[in-house]
Amino acid sequence: MLEAQNIVARYGSRTAVDSVSLTLSAGQITALIGPNGAGKSTLLRTLNGGMTLVAGFILLNGKPLESFARREIAKHIAVVAQESDVRFPVTVLEFVLGGRYAWAGGTTWGWESVQDVESVSAVLRETSLLEMRGRLMNELSGGERQRSVLARALATEATHLLLDEPTANLDLSHQATILSLVRSRCNRRGVSALVITHDINLAAEFADNVLLLKDGRSLAYGPPQEVFRAELIEQAFAIKVLVDQHPMSTVPRITPVHEDRRSFR
Amino acid sequence: MTVTEGLHMTVLGDARATPRRTALICLMLGAALLASIVLVSLFGSERLPASESLCTLFSLGRRGCGLSAAQTAILMDIRLPRILLAAAVGASLAAAGASYQALLRNPLAEPYLLGISNGAAVGTMLSLVFLGQFAFARPLLAFGGALLATLLVYRLAAGRTGTTPERLILSGVIVTTFLSSVIVFVTTLLDATRIRSFTFWLLGDLSGSAGNLLIVSIVVSILCTTVLSFHARSLNLLMLGERDAFDLGVEVSRVRFTVFIVASLLVGSSVASSGSVGYVGLVVPHLVRLSFGSDNRLTIPAAALLGAMFVVIADTLARTLIAPRELPVGAITAIIGAPLFIYLLRRG
Repeated sequence: MLEAQNIVARYGSRTAVDSVSLTLSAGQITALIGPNGAGKSTLLRTLNGGMTLVAGFILLNGKPLESFARREIAKHIAVVAQESDVRFPVTVLEFVLGGRYAWAGGTTWGWESVQDVESVSAVLRETSLLEMRGRLMNELSGGERQRSVLARALATEATHLLLDEPTANLDLSHQATILSLVRSRCNRRGVSALVITHDINLAAEFADNVLLLKDGRSLAYGPPQEVFRAELIEQAFAIKVLVDQHPMSTVPRITPVHEDRRSFR
Repeated sequence: MTVTEGLHMTVLGDARATPRRTALICLMLGAALLASIVLVSLFGSERLPASESLCTLFSLGRRGCGLSAAQTAILMDIRLPRILLAAAVGASLAAAGASYQALLRNPLAEPYLLGISNGAAVGTMLSLVFLGQFAFARPLLAFGGALLATLLVYRLAAGRTGTTPERLILSGVIVTTFLSSVIVFVTTLLDATRIRSFTFWLLGDLSGSAGNLLIVSIVVSILCTTVLSFHARSLNLLMLGERDAFDLGVEVSRVRFTVFIVASLLVGSSVASSGSVGYVGLVVPHLVRLSFGSDNRLTIPAAALLGAMFVVIADTLARTLIAPRELPVGAITAIIGAPLFIYLLRRG
């Protein structure tokens, strides 16, 4: 379990995350929603020990996060960051094997063990990348690359996944692929996930919990039915919305209402 | 599917560097390096009989094998030390270049571009001008200069938002130009005859392969390449981004610090003994990556071996092309390296 209590993080004098609390428990997906610049990515980095806390604390399985060594944190928490460019010719297999780094013995010289390679080939099969393991990362399509980045995070066998817009720039079917991979990890292995997304309706479908963030503060935190209410969404995004029920899944459905439609024409 | 193919599949050895493949490639490159060392020792301004020379080489000079005392001295005391120095310098520069490139996520990063070689050159010049009588001052001051230049580049590059590869390269350019003017300034303090030998040395000159410096260079090149190889797996992740590496468990600042220090040592020791031999740190790692892939556990040792071979051959050309006169080896590596580099750039 990964638990944050009233955490505060700053860039210089600007407060990016202001007294936010959340709990990632086994098998659950939490969606992190909020306008651009709300502090979503900063919150995600803070949860991984990537930023120093000004106040509050983070507990990983009941122990303070800072009491863990870097490698130990990496065994428990995996991050899927927003896409970074690969400037060297690296194959998909080499890239995904990077996820096994924290499991190497005392030396960094260490070659991957047979077990490392086996668990990576299982992940490659799970993400349908086994056939393209020999292709170079910078020759892949956006969807394939994003799947490789997720595969590397899954290869760490971490029990907590932090995903920063994993479905950005992906088409509908690739979005579904990524999210169902995360969902099946949560269901089958008791993994917990925090997913930053701008797709509110997608979040309503897949998330067990939603944290709505604005200006670094938590506006609402709870199941989608509680958080996705018109007044909260309007407060966060400063736009009028219609909230009704999805006819098939019965989860909240959010439709922006554009009163001045002429501005679009 | 045959049994070997099956084995191959289970370790997925078709798309990654394995220990076996690394050992095989390094053994082959090592053998090629040894062969080239033996071969080029037969070339030089003084013609030596081939089979007698080989016999002398393989008995490590203990048996005469029919060479005269003067010929044995030329082979064992002049030619061989110079060839070994060339190998040490080439290995050092190529291994340092490969590490800088991985560390800075920049395939164009190189000791020269970052101003580290110039730092070492200033250190060496100062020791030659003021501490000429102490032989050991040279590598020490060169290392100090390389380290100071590294720290300077590093401090300049550390902005409020952290160090980006772009900032680092720009800082390198600033430090390089600044140190170049320091070198020009120190050069004007010298008398005319020394200016000529300095200019020659600045372009890369392996003729001063004095005993102590040779041993220092060889030991440093082997030890430091080993240390860098030990950090190769961390460098594999750093190569893809510092944040990614951090997320996956790399202690970024510790690895970065160690690699910077060790690579500076390599550059310092090679500049102290041979001046600035350019393009080795750029071209050799590129060739290795093109041929064998980007895994630094393979790239760093393979680049060291290939770099050694590259400078050994370049220096042979430098001392034989217009024999009995000599060219600076840096001129040869640049003449071979620059067009090859343009070709690599265009291939993208």
